[in-house]
Amino acid sequence: MTDKKLIDLVNITKSYDGDVILDDLNLYVKENEFLTLLGPSGCGKTTTLRIIGGFETPDTGKVIFEGKDITDLEPYERQVNTVFQKYALFPHMTVAENIAFGLKIKKKSKAYIDDKIAHALKLVNLDGYENRSPENLSGGQQQRVAIARAIVNEPKVLLLDEPLGALDLKLRQDMQYELIRLKNELGITFVYVTHDQEEALTMSDTIVVMNQGYIQQIGSPVDIYNEPENAFVADFIGESNIIGGTFVEDKLVKILGINFPCVDVGFGRNKPVDVVIRPEDVDLVKPSEGIITGTVTSLIFKGVHYEMEVMTNGYELLVHSTDFFPVGKEVGIRVHPFNVHIMNKPESEDEEAVVIDED
Amino acid sequence: MKTRKWLAYPYLVWMVGFIVVPLILIVYYGLTSAGGGITLDNIALISKPINRGALWLSLELSFISTIVCLVLAYPLALILRNLKIKSSSFVVLVFILPMWMNSLLRTLAWQNILENTGILNQILSFFNLPTLSIINTPSAIMIGMVYNFLPFMILPIYNSLVKISDDIVNAAKDLGANNFQTFIRVIWPLSFPGVVSGVIMVFVPSLTTFAISDILGGSKVLLIGNVIEQQFKIVNNWHTGSGLSLVLMVFILISMAILAKYDKNENKAGGQII
Repeated sequence: MTDKKLIDLVNITKSYDGDVILDDLNLYVKENEFLTLLGPSGCGKTTTLRIIGGFETPDTGKVIFEGKDITDLEPYERQVNTVFQKYALFPHMTVAENIAFGLKIKKKSKAYIDDKIAHALKLVNLDGYENRSPENLSGGQQQRVAIARAIVNEPKVLLLDEPLGALDLKLRQDMQYELIRLKNELGITFVYVTHDQEEALTMSDTIVVMNQGYIQQIGSPVDIYNEPENAFVADFIGESNIIGGTFVEDKLVKILGINFPCVDVGFGRNKPVDVVIRPEDVDLVKPSEGIITGTVTSLIFKGVHYEMEVMTNGYELLVHSTDFFPVGKEVGIRVHPFNVHIMNKPESEDEEAVVIDED
Repeated sequence: MKTRKWLAYPYLVWMVGFIVVPLILIVYYGLTSAGGGITLDNIALISKPINRGALWLSLELSFISTIVCLVLAYPLALILRNLKIKSSSFVVLVFILPMWMNSLLRTLAWQNILENTGILNQILSFFNLPTLSIINTPSAIMIGMVYNFLPFMILPIYNSLVKISDDIVNAAKDLGANNFQTFIRVIWPLSFPGVVSGVIMVFVPSLTTFAISDILGGSKVLLIGNVIEQQFKIVNNWHTGSGLSLVLMVFILISMAILAKYDKNENKAGGQII
């Protein structure tokens, strides 16, 4: 990843039939970056991708590509290629003909095209599939063909619209690693759309969390996971306990009726805040050693850890722990100050878009 | 589903009674003489100038009508597909609505329009324009064919076009194809099965019609359908009528075979029509 801005979306607004899909969106993509647009359905992530691809025209705003305004260019005039969610392979062509499509349009020589097809098929592990019909391929294989068809054109940017959405879990995980490998081998920029937070965390250099047409947070996977800026991000990325509280003073927050030490400063005095505690950051100890006590109300074995719910001061705290505590057991609860994340309560319109899943 | 086999029996009865037996009868009459002996004379009658002329004119008019229907229907179907509004199916309905009316009635209406003192000429003379004498010419028959059979061209093409997903069209553009290239390389080949259906559904009834040529051609223009009709109804010679029918069937089979070959070349993945 370099620091050069490759794509710059400036003040993009888009609405359909009066429904605002994107409201004054500003976003840039750096060269060789793996950028993921992450959010629930209807958050505007796919529309953003389609605006970059040229399949949608923004109502207002500009799309800048390498310093040039490409807002009004047709898709076929742009140096980007797209991998569509449903693969969108041409059913009347073989695998090789599908891959050759863009190169034939560009009137490349036959030798060049054959060479490119062979190389691309090797890259996506589909050697020998040249003459197969796409209809006789599995979903994963079709997706690889779609990727091969896009990358032979040597685009500056590859746009991927939930490309793994239709695949089963195992295949999806394999493909995630393949996409990372591909990105490294090709050395091009990926803009990836998904609603799957795990996919986003695994592959991305940068994650853009979106909700209801607004960008909620932009950051590296580690930033997004460890320092969510608001309750929506915290709730959407991984599991979390989001607790309303009061910021008493620097490095001290009152939640569940008890003062917890934290590391955050600068939220004022006695200000209402949201507090995020990840389930794996809750330590269950003997009742006497805890900051607060509670009772285990449910216990599920998840393989790697136990998932427990602990009732404490009227709040059901989600806990992931490798230690076993039976239902009904009274436990002490401790959280390392570093793991108590403070977030501002929603104030501006941007943040009002936040909807928290209450359970 | 062995137990449900009996459900197919009515269709079997239908097929034997109304398809196989009549076909055998046509072949029987076509290949025998009034005396009962086997002969090819009935088939050879097609070489009589009047019959040959009627068959040639039928082929010509059917071919032109089919082309005209295709040229009218394809852009319309394409526009309807691209409309992307809920009312596009309503527009399709409007275009096929004439099919709900009796086809004889519609043809008679065209007679009224095209007559020498008909509506068209009344309008033309009202504006002091020279009148046209279209009625009882091959052109009148062709207009009747196009009007009657156009919906059969629109529907299959429209259906094949709406089945092409937007993503496929977008993928072509994404890969650098402009609108024309997208049409030639993706939309046309994928809609070709619909075109083949439409062509068959316009060409075959045009080739065999006698009602349209009766009404719009008067007795002045004879199509092969009229010749066959006359053999059965006026001359009362079933042998000649059947023999000429067999010739017509051969021509239909040949044209469908040509289309099927095109369909195969054009669209390996497309559905087979015949």
